[in-house]
Amino acid sequence: MFPQNLKYMESHEWARQEGDIATIGISDYAQSEIQDIVYVELPEVGTEVVQQTEFGVIESVKAAFDLYAPVSGEVIAVNESLLDAPEQVNESPYDKGWLLKIKMVALDELDVLLDADSYRHSLRSNQNV
Amino acid sequence: MKRTPLYEVHKALNAKFTQFGGWDMPLQYSSIVEEHLAVRTTAGLFDLSHMGEIEVCGHGANELVQKLSTNDVNRLTDGRVLYTLLCKETGGIVDDILIYRRADNYYMLVVNAANIEKDLAWVEAHNDEGAEVRDVSEDTTLIALQGPAAMDILRPLACYGTRSVPATFGFASGEVAGIPTVISRTGYTGEVGFELYVNARLNKWGAKRLWDTLYPIVTAAGGQPVGLGARDTLRLEAGLRLYGMDMDESTTPFEVGLGRFVKFKNRQFIGKAALLAQKRKGALARQMVGFQMLGRAVARAGHPVYQKGEHIGAVTSGAPSPSLKCNIGFASVESSRRAGTRHCPYNENIDVEIRGKMHPAKIVEIPFL
Repeated sequence: MFPQNLKYMESHEWARQEGDIATIGISDYAQSEIQDIVYVELPEVGTEVVQQTEFGVIESVKAAFDLYAPVSGEVIAVNESLLDAPEQVNESPYDKGWLLKIKMVALDELDVLLDADSYRHSLRSNQNV
Repeated sequence: MKRTPLYEVHKALNAKFTQFGGWDMPLQYSSIVEEHLAVRTTAGLFDLSHMGEIEVCGHGANELVQKLSTNDVNRLTDGRVLYTLLCKETGGIVDDILIYRRADNYYMLVVNAANIEKDLAWVEAHNDEGAEVRDVSEDTTLIALQGPAAMDILRPLACYGTRSVPATFGFASGEVAGIPTVISRTGYTGEVGFELYVNARLNKWGAKRLWDTLYPIVTAAGGQPVGLGARDTLRLEAGLRLYGMDMDESTTPFEVGLGRFVKFKNRQFIGKAALLAQKRKGALARQMVGFQMLGRAVARAGHPVYQKGEHIGAVTSGAPSPSLKCNIGFASVESSRRAGTRHCPYNENIDVEIRGKMHPAKIVEIPFL
């Protein structure tokens, strides 16, 4: 459900570090809560995103959900396949459903994110799981 | 937050809940898309007990409901249902409702959940006829069975008290699985279906027994319980307006494309003068159009609508259409000068502004299906 090698935000985004690059997405819990994802709006390559601020939107049949950046930096890749197949976020939130790759400006930003156990705990304390 | 007698049933089915008109109602059980498609292909079971019911009966009831209704209540015979609007003197819509004629001088008004108190006050304030007006919402549970399999599911269980199943917009006081039920051939999905009213005061466990009877049959047929999420996408595809979204007291029936439910001939009703003046004038300040998005962005209520760079209105309802697999909606737009009331500019291009960006759409016919 929540891979150990990822870092999480309480707002349900995850980041996976590879050197100074972070791949980001939303958690399995988030996709199952949102359900039926029909549209993903993401920034263009070259955009600067800032930790904890909105960078895009995911839409279900019912509503739009804001996405918050887990790290700051420049967007160096966008998962273009989501434009035609946004349901990949439901089907494969940690793999095919990734959203952005970000070239991080401050690696220590990862330290404020939650590890898998803390994230799971935060879900439980919100009585959501 | 009010709960229907079926709240525990929904909870046991792991429903997600939403607050609607002061009620804690099931939003979805499985997924909105699955529930939606179940209704289109087989059947869906809905708890609609939040809807309001107002009885108007006794001497003067005929005159009172006729005076309040834009549609002609005299057209009703016993056992027939009329979709109509309650309007203010200005023509603004107080509510859109169903009127059931149970007998001469005996009607049931089915009103939107969020408008129960307002409508009750409206009916009472105009009750110069001295009819008896009763809010029976708390005593009435409502289960809807909608979809192409609805007829086959209900037939072996129902005893209509009439010779045959009620025709569309007809109803009968009968029994379903032995439970006294008003069986109404109505719905809000665009499908064949029934709305089943059970008196909770006379039969406390009736609604639960009815649900428990229908649920295994519906699911065995490939159907599902359906929450308010899919109810909204179903009604949108079917071109049905929702009070509070697509219309309110600031809009007239003509401005939201419901002019066919306003009957002027040989009758008086509240709002007649204003509505007749608007009809005679011909050109409306605004009109309701259906639109289909050309891209994947979803237009939602409140998003601004443009044509050739000019701001012409706003989206009133918008959602992905699970059946059509594109995004659709209603918009209230300024009528162009050449348009007149009857002109519907199909295929014209518009743009919907979503989060600061323009997204193209085209005007299409309502209903969408």
